[in-house]
Amino acid sequence: MSLTLLNVLAAVIIAIAFVAANAAYLVWAERKGAGFIQRRPGPTENGPWGLLQPPVDGIKLMTKQLLIPGGVDKIIFVIAPVLAMFPSIVSFVTIPFSDTIVAHNINIGLLMIFVFGSMSAMALLMGGWSSRNKYSMISSVRAVSQAVAYEIPMLITAITVVMIAGSLDLMEIVHKQSGGFWHWNIWPFQKGLFNILMPASFLIFFICSLAETNRAPFDLGEAESELVAGYHTEYSSMGFGLFFMGEYANIVIGACLTTILFLGGWDCPFGLLPGVWWFIVKIYILIFTFIWIRWTFPRTTIYSLLNLSWKVLIPISLFNLLLTAGLLKVF
Amino acid sequence: MIIETVKDKLRDLFPAAAEPAVTEHQAEKPETAEAEIGVFDCSYAKRGYHLDVRLAPDQLLSAVGILFDHGFFIESITGVDWIKDGQLEAVYDFCRYDFDLCRIVVRTRTPRANPILPTITGIYSGASWHERETHDFFGIVFEGHPHLIPLLLPEDADFHPLLKDFKA
Amino acid sequence: MSEPIVLQPDETFILNVGPQHPATHGVLRVKMTMDGEFIYNAETVIGYIHRMHEKMAENRTYAQYMPNLSRLDYLSAMAYCHGYVLAVEKAASIEVPERAEYIRAITVEMNRISSHLVWFGAFVMDLGGFSPLMYAFDDREQILDLLEAVTGSRLTYCYFRFGGLYNDVDDDFIEGTRRFIKRMRKSLKMYHKLVTTNVILMKRLIGIGPVSVDLCQRYGATGPVARGSGINYDVRRNEPYSVYPEFDFDIPVYNEGDSFARYKVRMEEMEQSLRIIEQGLDKLPDGPVNPEKKPKTIKLPAGDYYTAVEAGRGSFGIRIVSDGDKSPYRLKLRSPTYSNMHLFDEACRGMLIADALAFMGSLDLVIPEMDR
Repeated sequence: MSLTLLNVLAAVIIAIAFVAANAAYLVWAERKGAGFIQRRPGPTENGPWGLLQPPVDGIKLMTKQLLIPGGVDKIIFVIAPVLAMFPSIVSFVTIPFSDTIVAHNINIGLLMIFVFGSMSAMALLMGGWSSRNKYSMISSVRAVSQAVAYEIPMLITAITVVMIAGSLDLMEIVHKQSGGFWHWNIWPFQKGLFNILMPASFLIFFICSLAETNRAPFDLGEAESELVAGYHTEYSSMGFGLFFMGEYANIVIGACLTTILFLGGWDCPFGLLPGVWWFIVKIYILIFTFIWIRWTFPRTTIYSLLNLSWKVLIPISLFNLLLTAGLLKVF
Repeated sequence: MIIETVKDKLRDLFPAAAEPAVTEHQAEKPETAEAEIGVFDCSYAKRGYHLDVRLAPDQLLSAVGILFDHGFFIESITGVDWIKDGQLEAVYDFCRYDFDLCRIVVRTRTPRANPILPTITGIYSGASWHERETHDFFGIVFEGHPHLIPLLLPEDADFHPLLKDFKA
Repeated sequence: MSEPIVLQPDETFILNVGPQHPATHGVLRVKMTMDGEFIYNAETVIGYIHRMHEKMAENRTYAQYMPNLSRLDYLSAMAYCHGYVLAVEKAASIEVPERAEYIRAITVEMNRISSHLVWFGAFVMDLGGFSPLMYAFDDREQILDLLEAVTGSRLTYCYFRFGGLYNDVDDDFIEGTRRFIKRMRKSLKMYHKLVTTNVILMKRLIGIGPVSVDLCQRYGATGPVARGSGINYDVRRNEPYSVYPEFDFDIPVYNEGDSFARYKVRMEEMEQSLRIIEQGLDKLPDGPVNPEKKPKTIKLPAGDYYTAVEAGRGSFGIRIVSDGDKSPYRLKLRSPTYSNMHLFDEACRGMLIADALAFMGSLDLVIPEMDR
């Protein structure tokens, strides 16, 4: 009994450590990637290739004065950054990295991840509202409409995958895609069905992950040039640090989820070296694409953003859902 | 050529002028030019503008209206402090967008002790800032201006720096 | 956005954009009365960097005033100095040797390209695309290095003298400039592929910030702001000065009047400037760069004089009122950004704040030039 408890505890701690290390070193990867795209070296001062930059930044953030501006709603102001970071850490507990490496597999794992994902929208709202700053208010209004609008196609495409796999359990979903990469959910042929819209579903899910994590080109919530820093303008020191790390943790979750649902999880394309390494490779390729897209495209306006979701993504994903349901029923 | 049309229209504003004031304008001593009112041709190569229109303040709106109807745009409005004459002069520059190049300068003078001029913001909306700036620097009050508060100087400034007797 | 939005004037709040703001390109404050995300009314408050250059002119001689002009619009300082020396030379009847005129035109056009590159980088960065800024600044470094070798300054040039130049150009400059022209043409192609044809950018700019011809006429807007609205006005063509009649170049004019038209005007202006530089280098005559006899102290004959040149942002005018003394009696600087910015207040009513900031970026504002 206590051994299982210790196991679970160890697994949770390892999951948290993975999230924290990722969040920290993804910042480094982003800055290096940005530098590479922009013809400059990126951080090089601290440590070889700037690898010590994240710990140094972390120490800097922790030693700064934690300012709480007068007149803010203190409780909400303090809870908001915690709420930004907390759901991502908890979601990590159910993500399977391979057949044997998972902190605690739940048979409704997918549902749990989406539940916690929606909580991060609350964090944006709380951060913006309690800051008592007009810029923050505008930005959190934008961020919440964006989060709500893009959750819907994400859920619909996830349901499509769930229908094909027949279970909400993440390990089940991956097992159904094993045995060679033509079984991955991204391709149009599942179980002898020919569903041409599956790559479209993959793209829709990818775009929605970009939008849910407030990454460019959908980063209106923190549109630097217009709203200074959006909903986290008034945060300093660790409050800002938590928002910041929460964003990167969300990126990792988004990448993990895309991999599990569409790219076969830890299934390797050629049958060699199975396991956690392929999973890591796939999520890092997706994360690199996130970074690449951020530094290439300008930002959309709020109206074209919402139009894209409500008028383009939702109809396509609904159509795909009906098509998949029809095909599954008929064949 | 637009310059002829405009010259005729502008000259109609001065019905009382006894002699046709079309002389080559040689303002060697600007101080003596104050008494002249009228429309003067200028050497563009020497001065950079074609027509020099000197008015009394009450003819200003009609002249500017004529220019607006003929498609001129407002370049700038500024002031000059003729301290020796005891007058402040407001200088209006106009130019055209098309290839029929014609630069027109409109000037009016007003006494230094009580400088009041009519505003042209009703005709050229861009004059709003130019007139605010002239008011900042010289103290010329433009009657009818919707919002004559300091533009470049601080809101509580009560000095006019470009006057010749201004001591910082 | 298909149907018009009705604004509720009694549910508005005031949002201060600036004076410290990443998007206002200097210290500019716009007091916007907002209804949600829509601008109900905007009032621009300027004067945060007002340094009273016009009073400084009255206390300095003509030669002492030269450095002041570079500090006005530091991005296209060469054109401002050009306007000033042209004004004084015209009034004082100083002859300029031909080689000096050609070198002046070449350096002014190089400065124009460098100014447009800064605009390009900052504008796309305002819209959210961070990388073109770095590429533009990389190209701009080449120009700055070339001009630094000849003039001694990277940004605030004081290269022209009354009657000629401070320094002659050498072969290194000519070789380097030819290499730069090739490099810049490749870069412009890259910018068109990366930025101009980008769907998100086009959606952000097409139809945003319409400026009509009537608006331009009432406010006196010149430069790319007017040329993006179909007005074919460029001081280099309409009122030729210096050696520009010798060059064969086009003036890009687009009729749509929106931010994308202004963007395209400036991108094409960079290409046309490259043509002028190429022709200038080909036709560069030999000879001195300073006249043999120059008066020791410049004194302009009494009267007033006006000169206009095409600076990076529009028509820059100088009015000198002289009473025969060695300092001007009155010097008026007509700044293009001043007239261009003024139409923002009227044009941005009913816009979204993101669109208003894109519009401001497309007007290409340099605040020190506006405030003088």
